[in-house]
Amino acid sequence: MIKTDALIIGAGPTGLFTAHQLKLIGLNCEIVDNLDKIGGQCIELYPDKPIYDIPAVPECTGEELTKNLINQLKPFDIKFHLSERVEEVKKDDVNWIVKTSNGKIFSTPNVIIAGGVGSFEPRKFPVKECEKFENKSVFYSVNDKKIFEGKTVAIFGGGDSALDWAVELSKNSKVNLIHRREEFRGAQATVNKVHALVKEGKINLFTKYQMTSVKGNGLLESIDIKNDDEEKKNIKADYVLGFFGLIMQLGPIANWGLNLNKKTIEVDTEKFETNQKGIYAVGDICSYPGKLRLILSGFHEGALAARACFKLARPNEKYRFEFTTTSSSLLKRLGKKE
Amino acid sequence: MPKITYITSENETHTIDVDNGLTVMEGAVQNNIPGIDADCGGGMACATCHVYVTEDWFDKLPKKEDGEEDMLDMAYEPKKNSRLSCQIVVSDELDGLKVNIPSKQG
Repeated sequence: MIKTDALIIGAGPTGLFTAHQLKLIGLNCEIVDNLDKIGGQCIELYPDKPIYDIPAVPECTGEELTKNLINQLKPFDIKFHLSERVEEVKKDDVNWIVKTSNGKIFSTPNVIIAGGVGSFEPRKFPVKECEKFENKSVFYSVNDKKIFEGKTVAIFGGGDSALDWAVELSKNSKVNLIHRREEFRGAQATVNKVHALVKEGKINLFTKYQMTSVKGNGLLESIDIKNDDEEKKNIKADYVLGFFGLIMQLGPIANWGLNLNKKTIEVDTEKFETNQKGIYAVGDICSYPGKLRLILSGFHEGALAARACFKLARPNEKYRFEFTTTSSSLLKRLGKKE
Repeated sequence: MPKITYITSENETHTIDVDNGLTVMEGAVQNNIPGIDADCGGGMACATCHVYVTEDWFDKLPKKEDGEEDMLDMAYEPKKNSRLSCQIVVSDELDGLKVNIPSKQG
């Protein structure tokens, strides 16, 4: 069991700056995120898109903002637990016991949910029967490419993941690439490579087609696809791969006994605390009268939630407000003073 | 004020007055029309405000910008008449626009 003063759920900009604030006031913290990288929506949804409303930063991309926030955390030692989703939050006598999808258990007086719009999950096929084959013959990511050797694989999607895997698997498998339109949004070099492999007969390309059903008894045997003109085709498939990007799902957060309002968590505006003592929500996931879904609001909310954490983590100490410009204890924590 | 009609997957019809300049997505979210999630808040980054535009209106709308079609690749059951409602700006010319909301956004 990992003990910490505060556990932050979500490694987006708000989670990162909240960690900064916690460490600055002398609390330790750890961060869990379902994505395999730091940055949240900034890195997953708009790494290249410029943002113009971060105070004192006239223009920066989602990726640059993330890099700067990580840099700002350099003086501190913060443990990240990536590719892990928080599944359960329960109270023991004093602390919150938090369990992740990888079986890690945290014990902490403070849980700060900086979860954006929920955790990122792969978008799945609309075809209901795909569920029966999921993780057996239907996948939304590749863990072990060896299983596809010598098999017939149907790959759906038009972005880099779909194209990269079509190119890679065409070496040792029979690849059918299916996409809803003729244009691909992947890197031009990869698109060219795919077209070359189509010419060589290494990849079968079906454009303007989408899946309508999967067939097989236990084992997947074939899939039906249909084009815009309602023409149907049945193609053999041992495996199906779908690459439709990620979608945000509130997920297990809905089961933690918090007051929810649509897909957001209600908080007060003094501590950004939820209806559960010691659980806070900051950033896009929280709601209160006047809430703005801006990154700068997340920074403010995180700063206040961090101060609230102090009371529960250090019940016998008094929190003193200090400035980084003048406080020697803060400067010490920042590594600027012996 | 232009009237926009939203038809849910259960065939419920909601006709709403939407201010000029707002998007069809904002009109839905501000009036609690179910089925339009708009997770990214209108940034054309998530494809969860996906709608089907009725045939007679589809060609009258301003064309899709770069990027919208890319996001529609990820939408749930995209069709020929799919649009992202955050990219449709309401104006007097769109008075009477009808959009169908898919059964799911992802």
